[in-house]
Amino acid sequence: MDKIPILRMGAFLLVTIQVDLYDRLALNLEADLVQMVNKTNAKGVLIDISAVSIVDSFMGRIIGNIASMSKILDAETVVVGMQPAVAITLIELGLPLKGVHTALDMEKGMNLLKSMINETEEDADEDQTENDFIAE
Amino acid sequence: MKNQLTDEGLREDLISNDELRSQSEELITALVSNLSTENFTNLDSDEWSPVIEILGGIAITRARQGFSPRETGNFVFTLKEAILDVLQQEITNDPMALFTESQKINRIMDSLSVVTFETFIKGREEVILRQTDEITEISTPVIRVWDGILALPIIGTLDSARTQIVMENLLQEIVETGSSIAILDISGVPAVDSLVAQHLIKTVSATRLMGAECIISGIRPEIAQTVVHLGIDLSNIITKATLASALAYSFKVMRLEVKKINTVTKF
Repeated sequence: MDKIPILRMGAFLLVTIQVDLYDRLALNLEADLVQMVNKTNAKGVLIDISAVSIVDSFMGRIIGNIASMSKILDAETVVVGMQPAVAITLIELGLPLKGVHTALDMEKGMNLLKSMINETEEDADEDQTENDFIAE
Repeated sequence: MKNQLTDEGLREDLISNDELRSQSEELITALVSNLSTENFTNLDSDEWSPVIEILGGIAITRARQGFSPRETGNFVFTLKEAILDVLQQEITNDPMALFTESQKINRIMDSLSVVTFETFIKGREEVILRQTDEITEISTPVIRVWDGILALPIIGTLDSARTQIVMENLLQEIVETGSSIAILDISGVPAVDSLVAQHLIKTVSATRLMGAECIISGIRPEIAQTVVHLGIDLSNIITKATLASALAYSFKVMRLEVKKINTVTKF
């Protein structure tokens, strides 16, 4: 059976969808990805859909689901390289994918993830110093 | 019947003008050469198709040249009158025959004029369609204002079809230039109702899905008023009053700075 490979790169997971997704494949991807986030303790998930030319409402929902699930597991999701036609279709279907971050290409997506993770780390550091201050 | 019709050329071109004469002659030659008694009243038969073709050609050229429908219709009707005149002269002793022949002529010329009208209107509609296409094509330019910043001034009313074109052009351009910010300037949009606002929100969301940021600029005070009165929520969209402030915001996002150079007057 077809399987979409999930690659690990540092603290991120890379998923490149190069075939048109059918429902079963999308569901498998969702399950695999969540497992993988949990196992590798990833901080970010990059989904490249530049080769996807057809989407339906189910696909849109799966992407939304992946984002929400990763969020619970403390990982941000960035969808990169969406085709104009796909974007228009999703909007017309009434799926603006709230909660999913987007970027034009892999490079920009990676930068976005890095900056997001830095921010959260900085916040954590600040909390830490504040706590130290209070402790003193 | 043929004899009666051959000498039509002279009478038809009462309206003078060389071009008109050649058109009429062409039409009458076709009419006469294709006439035969058995298919006389059946306009669908093959013998009539050259005549209809010529009439269609004339009607379309007239539509393009901007003739009025009355003038185009008269072209066929004068021909009918001329033929009837000739009939009257030829058949003087038999009123019954004159009547039946006139009726036949009437019937066929009326169908021909209907054909002419149909083609005339079709020609006009083609002109209108082409103009509409041209207007939509012209009115949605995507401008590259800076490396990574696109601007899209919208002029005129936004309807569904136009929004679709605007959206497609913008998204395509974003992919091609790899821009991360798009400014939608609506200072040329005369009025914003809930439908237009809906279209704008759609465009902004689609741009966001692509991974770019979309700013709406050029919102006039009246538009701000109507938007609020209509209860449209634009709070999750970045809006700016002018294109300049949208550009300034984009620079800030991209961490660019525009500076005045301290010029030393040493020329």
